[in-house]
Formats: sequence, C-alpha cells, structure tokens
Amino acid sequence: MLLETKNLTKRFGGLIAVNNVNFSIERGKINAIIGPNGAGKSTFFNLISGFHKPTAGQIIFKGEDITHLPANKRAKLGIARTFQTTHLFEQSTVLDNVIIGHRLRTSSTLFDAIFRTKRLKREEAQCKEKAMEVLEFVGLTDAAHKIVANISQEEKKRAAFALALATDPEVILLDEPAAGVNPDETEGLEELIVKMAEYGITVCLIEHKMQMIMKIAHKIMVLNYGEKIAEGTPEEIKNNEIVIQAYLGGSAIA
Amino acid sequence: MIAVLKQKKIAALAILFALAFPLLIPNNYYLHMMTLSFIWMIAVYGLNLLAGYTGYLSLAHAGFFAIGAYTLAILTVKAGLNFWLAFFLSCVISSFIGFLVGLVALRTKEHFFAIYTLCVGYIIYLVIDKWDNLTGGVRGFIGIPSPANIGPISFQTPVSQYYLVLFFLLLVVFVMYRIVYSLTGRTYIAIRNSEELALTIGISTMKDKLVSFVLSIFFTSLAGALYASFIRFLGPDIGYISVMFDLLIFLLVGGIGTMSGPVVGTLLMTSISQQLQFLQDYRMLIFGPILTLLVIFYPRGVVGGVIHWKTKRTENNRDSRVGKISSHSSNEKQVKEG
Ligand SMILES: Nc1ncnc2c1ncn2[C@@H]1O[C@H](COP(=O)(O)OP(=O)(O)OP(=O)(O)O)[C@@H](O)[C@H]1O
Ligand SMILES: [Mg+2]
Repeated sequence: MLLETKNLTKRFGGLIAVNNVNFSIERGKINAIIGPNGAGKSTFFNLISGFHKPTAGQIIFKGEDITHLPANKRAKLGIARTFQTTHLFEQSTVLDNVIIGHRLRTSSTLFDAIFRTKRLKREEAQCKEKAMEVLEFVGLTDAAHKIVANISQEEKKRAAFALALATDPEVILLDEPAAGVNPDETEGLEELIVKMAEYGITVCLIEHKMQMIMKIAHKIMVLNYGEKIAEGTPEEIKNNEIVIQAYLGGSAIA
Repeated sequence: MIAVLKQKKIAALAILFALAFPLLIPNNYYLHMMTLSFIWMIAVYGLNLLAGYTGYLSLAHAGFFAIGAYTLAILTVKAGLNFWLAFFLSCVISSFIGFLVGLVALRTKEHFFAIYTLCVGYIIYLVIDKWDNLTGGVRGFIGIPSPANIGPISFQTPVSQYYLVLFFLLLVVFVMYRIVYSLTGRTYIAIRNSEELALTIGISTMKDKLVSFVLSIFFTSLAGALYASFIRFLGPDIGYISVMFDLLIFLLVGGIGTMSGPVVGTLLMTSISQQLQFLQDYRMLIFGPILTLLVIFYPRGVVGGVIHWKTKRTENNRDSRVGKISSHSSNEKQVKEG
C-alpha cells in the first residue's frame, strides 16, 4: 500500500462531494476509480493531490500524514497528476512544456540565472535530458519540437503524461486520460498506462471507458454520490449488484 | 538555431545604433527624447517581467516608478545622502514596499489582482500628492541633483546622461534575457500558463511570484530614480494612472511577454505621440481604436506578430521536409503491429 485515505470527506456548501471514503492505492498496481458523472472522482483526486483541503479525514502517503501538505510539496514527495482537460501551453513546443516538469528536482535560483552559474547549466541539461527521456517513454520523440496547438488530442494526452512523469513520481493520478480520443488511440494510451505500471510507477486512474478499465485495472473503486459503493477486482465489480444498479439508475456510461 | 543567431544579430545592430546615435544625430532635443524613452523602456521591462512572463497584470507600477523617483529626490535633497547610495537605496526601499504589497496582492488573481494593484497605485499617488512636507505635494519637488561623478566620469552633459541611461537599459535587458532563458524564467512562464499545473509539478508558486513581483518593481523603480535625476523635477503626476496606462500601452503595442517588445513599443508609441502632439489629448481618439484592433488581432503586439509569422513559416518548411520521414516511420509501425 502506497497511499491511503481514511474517512476522507469533502463538502462544498450543502453538497457532499466525497463522503467518508476509505481507499488504498496499491504500490505498483493500476488502481481505478469509476462512477457516474458528478460522483466525486475528480474531487477525490483534488484531495489527494492537495488542491482541496478535506473537510474531514486523513491522507497517508508511505506512512506519513500528508493531509495538510500543500500541493507543490506533495509533488515533491512523488505524487503526480494529470487533469481532466490538459493544461498545456499551446503556443510552445512539446519539449518546452515538458522541460519544466523536472524543475522540482533542481535548486537553481534567480542568482544562478543572472550569473549563469555552473549549477544552472548542469540543471538545465538535466531537465532537458529528463524531458527527452520521458518523451521517448510516451512515444513523442518525433513531436518534441512541434507546437502543442498543432498536435492531436491523443498526442496532447501523451504530452501531459510526459510532463507528469518528468517530476519523477512514485504514483501518478490520471483523470480521464482517454477522454476525447478515438478507440484506436485509446488502445495506445492503454498500453502506455500498462507500461508505466510495469516500469514501477503506481497508477491511479479515473475513467469512463469500461472496456479499458476492465482490461487493465488490478483494482477498482466505485464512487456514487461521493460514497464508495464497491471495491474489488474487475471481475467482482462486473458482477456487483449495487454497481449495476447505480449505473443503470444513474446516467449511462460511455 | 538560425533564428537565435538572427535575433542576436538584430540585437547587436540595435545596440550599435544606440551607441552611435549621439554621433549620428547630434541634436539635443532628439537626444533628450531618446534618453527619456530609454527610461520608459526600463520601466516597461519591469512590467513585462511580471505581466508578460509571470502572468500578473500589475497596475501599481506607475506608483512604484514614482516611489523610486521620489525616494531618490528625498534622500539626495532632504537627507543629503551621496547620490549613488541614494540611488541604490531608492530601488531597495521601493522594492521592499513592493514586497509587502506583493504578500497580499499575490493572493488574488487576474482581474482581482489588477483591481487590487490599481488601488495600490492610486493610494501611492494620493500619498505623494497629499504629503506636502515630504514630497512638495502639487507644487512638486525641485532641485534634484543629476547623477554624481563616478571617478573621472561626469554626467552633466546630455550625451553623458544618454550613455548612462543606455548603460542601465542594456544591463536590465541583459538581466531580463538571462532570467527569461533560464529555469527561473521557465518557472515564471509555467505560472503564467497555468498556476494549477505549476503547483502540481511541484513549483512553489507563491515564492516564485513574489520574487518576480519584487524584481519587476526593482526595475521599474530604477527607471523612476533615473527619471528623477534626469528631469530633476518631480510632480505627483508621474505616479498617476495615466502614466500606468502609458507603460501598459508601450508594452501591449510592442508585445507583452516578448524580449524586444518594450523597446519596440516604447519607440513606436513615443514617436507617434510626438507626431500627433498637435492633437493634444484627442490623440487618444486615434490610439484607442488602434490599440483595440491590435489587441484583438495581435495579442502579443508587433513583436508577437512577427514571431508568429516566422514560426509559421519555419513550421511549414519543416513539415514539408519531415513529412516524408514521418510517413516512413508510421509505415514501420504498421509493419510491427501487423
Ligand atoms: N470547486 C467546487 N465547488 C463546488 N462544487 C464542486 C466543486 N468541484 C466539484 N464540485 C461538485 O462536486 C461534485 C463532484 O464533482 P466531481 O468533479 O468530483 O465529479 P466527477 O466524478 O469527477 O464527475 P465527471 O465524471 O463528470 O468528471 C459535483 O456535483 C460538482 O458539481
Ligand atoms: Mg471528473
């Protein structure tokens, strides 16, 4: 177990977006979170990555309580994430977007910048090397010098993965990584996610594409109205009465 | 790579021209105008670091320009400090006030930040205007010394003042260049792009924003101090909103978030202003629409427009060259998968 939430709760005014959720992200596995629209999945990620302060409950990462740690410090501990919509800088190249991902592992300051110290030069080379390494990992070496605005949706997703990977994470949280890409490309992303896990990076992903989840996830949690209604292997989830009901009763899944 | 070399060539030519300017055009009026626009450029570079690269549009910068100017005036005339010590201190004091303002201001974003800093700028103006004993209020502040000699070099003549201001401008451009093209600059740009994303990749955004804010104010108050010693008279108007809008217009026309935007915009706008001087305040009737069109069609100003046009051209060239190679590699992929 790499990361654990205990009675995690998030309230927005009268709405309970995440309600008393106990969940553990297993080390080296692909952990999935599914649930109807508005179930609180993204909010759950926002709690883990430090964007929202929980109303109640705890987040434990490698035995350490990180509930009150700011988002950037969690990134330093090794928690990376991607967003439901990619936040890349469209006017810049893929490489330039990804280089900054390794910044948190460097320490050069304004002083180093103005005097172009050895440390700065070394760290710049290090960031660039890291960026090329992760771009190769996600299969974007050829697109490194393209402007983000000109690459496909699927390539943007890969670039967002690369940026997250450049932070040297232990766990990567992927929010609907395959949304908005066609079935062929979805398969490609699927392979990439499996490759990340094989590489030793723990994956936790939110996805609406059931086929993909059932194929690659080791463990699934189902959220509905902020509550965990089921947890188990894909096999168990597929045959779970409550889950079937939640889905048939609620909004249909893609 | 070729683009960078070309850029360096253009920059070198521009510097050469600036160095030769007093010899080419030995006219005191033009020299004065040029020196003054260099001072504005320094202030605009300060604004550019924050608004252009870090994404925080401050409307308090005219106020800090004025703080730099008035602090120099007060420290030299009233406190009788050595000129260069006063010069240095006025930048530091202004930056320190900026630091305090930044601690609060940077907790807001976008239009809230703009409005907050607009208020700060206005308060600074009011303080200068009303604090008669210290600033001379509406009567203004006279008798500010011109820069003191450095060793054998004196700064009494227009030409020597021109070179002094040019020296500071080049220094600021150099430091800006170093910052923008470093990990620190990339960090600022990441914050501008998306503060949320910057946080998730481990950037301590508050710290970086604060450094950028303070440094940006340092540059702008440096310009203010130069202004005070060059014009040698100050009125509260230099901290007024209209100066802020001048700075902003220079930056927007030249190209916000570009290296050469402040130079291009300031030169362009000050010379157009000169040409249209007979229109007095009606100039705004012409500037307004032009500026609106510019912001709509060239959000990154003249320089941004040129860069955009160039990258498009090189991209097209590259695409036609790379086209063959990439179709080749996709064939390979199909073979593997098949
Ligand atoms: N910052 C916020 N302020 C107020 N309410 C919010 C906020 N963020 C999310 N919510 C609400 O919390 C609930 C859960 O939202 P969340 O985005 O976590 O759902 P989700 O499971 O990710 O849905 P989807 O599948 O559509 O992405 C929704 O009702 C949403 O409107
Ligand atoms: Mg969501």
